[in-house]
Amino acid sequence: MLVLRDISYKVGNKTILNNISLEVSNADFLIITGPNGSGKSTLAKIIMGIIKPTTGRILYNGKDITNLDVTERAKLGVSYAFQQPVNIKGLRARDLIEAAVGAPIGDTSAGKYLKAVGLNPVEYLDRELDNSLSGGEKKRIEIASVLARNAELTVFDEPEAGIDLWSFSDLLKVLKKQQAKGKTQIVISHQERIINAGNKLIVLKNGAIDG
Amino acid sequence: MVEFSEIEKRILRETIDFYEIPEGAYNFRINGKSVAKKSTANIDVMLKPNGKGLEIRVRPGTKNESVHIPVVISASGMREVVENDFYIGKGAEVLIIAGCGIYNCGGESSRHDGIHRLYVEKGAHVKYIEKHFGFGERLSKKDINPTTEVFAEPDSLVEMELEQLKGVSSTIRITSAELKDNAKLIIKERLFTHGRQTAESKIKAVLIGKDSTVDISSRAVAQDYSVQNFSSNIIGEGECRGHSECDAIIMDHARVTALPSLTANSLDAELIHEAAIGKIAGEQITKLMSLGLTRAEAESKIINGFLK
Repeated sequence: MLVLRDISYKVGNKTILNNISLEVSNADFLIITGPNGSGKSTLAKIIMGIIKPTTGRILYNGKDITNLDVTERAKLGVSYAFQQPVNIKGLRARDLIEAAVGAPIGDTSAGKYLKAVGLNPVEYLDRELDNSLSGGEKKRIEIASVLARNAELTVFDEPEAGIDLWSFSDLLKVLKKQQAKGKTQIVISHQERIINAGNKLIVLKNGAIDG
Repeated sequence: MVEFSEIEKRILRETIDFYEIPEGAYNFRINGKSVAKKSTANIDVMLKPNGKGLEIRVRPGTKNESVHIPVVISASGMREVVENDFYIGKGAEVLIIAGCGIYNCGGESSRHDGIHRLYVEKGAHVKYIEKHFGFGERLSKKDINPTTEVFAEPDSLVEMELEQLKGVSSTIRITSAELKDNAKLIIKERLFTHGRQTAESKIKAVLIGKDSTVDISSRAVAQDYSVQNFSSNIIGEGECRGHSECDAIIMDHARVTALPSLTANSLDAELIHEAAIGKIAGEQITKLMSLGLTRAEAESKIINGFLK
């Protein structure tokens, strides 16, 4: 489904990623782990098109998507859950979910994505994406928006970071449910229980695949 | 029944959500003339003898009634000053919908200066919605200058939604209020400017009475080469609470100035102001693009959400 060929990313003289090649098959649950600063988030952003690699190619379902932007990749079925969700003042959780679905939807449909991440739709559908939400609430709405995409491939950048009262096991349930639906997932994580749930594992170290 | 032209209908749709003559009281002012007017058992809509405005009286105890007073200017070069006075009786609950739109395709400037005075008696509740809109030839001036004065008696509640949509060349908006004991004022202002438009908004609230409160929320988007100036002044004379929040998104080559001020003339005045001006963050665009929106769609979604 997804092939990375010799992906490198350099900023000035500094090499962030060095010749990364990997293949992800349909319904894979690939874990990417490694120490801080090893290039995990950069690799995730390169897959989504947020960062352009300095060299290398990216193929998605056989199509070269290296030069496609974020929107074009999203339309092909790639989705991305941000590590640190951004505030968008004035936009409500329902607006984000509706944008993700790509069509107007009712309360019940929008609410089911919030329920899936342990948020009460009555309380959260009309909440604005601003600092009135805790970091954990923002993170869960972020994951809900990604679920609403119903994408074939989703990249989760440290989904466990800052989920506060919502437990790892709840998050794991969401990821496993996606896996059961045949969705392909790439999850950046430090969390042992998440790492153990994957069917493939890559360890990044100093911008290269370790071992 | 009056027939509106397509241009007039468009302005009425944008400003007062018009699809048919509304229920309740109303006055439609088109190019300086009242073309449709209706009073109800509880709301008197009277033309002032000089023809330059209305006197609207809402009887005490009126519940769940509305009055629509749209203004349309579609004749190029039309300039007018209109003074409307509202007397809201004790304990009345009323919705006032005041919109103004200008269509100008001619070479002359069109301008509407609307002065609204709201005398709100004890315990009354007023919701006041005002939308402004302009369209036509880009270089033909379409100016709308609203002045709104609120006199809120004890225990009254006044909610104001003030919105400038697209197309108004220049505006000077002056909103002032005096609040007595336990009176409450909520102002939600939304301003959008583009091209080389200019907008100035001045809001002043004097909290005279004990436990009076004001909450001002102003959100503005300035695009292209437009210029906006916002100033607010909350004056607390006694035990009272005032809060104002002013946020602006600045784009392209626009300029925005925010001048908030608070004046406490009493130890018991609790006054807060928050202000922020900034561009749309790249991460906001990226997030929406990752959901399948184009960059332009993402920008538009952010602006529309912000101004909602």
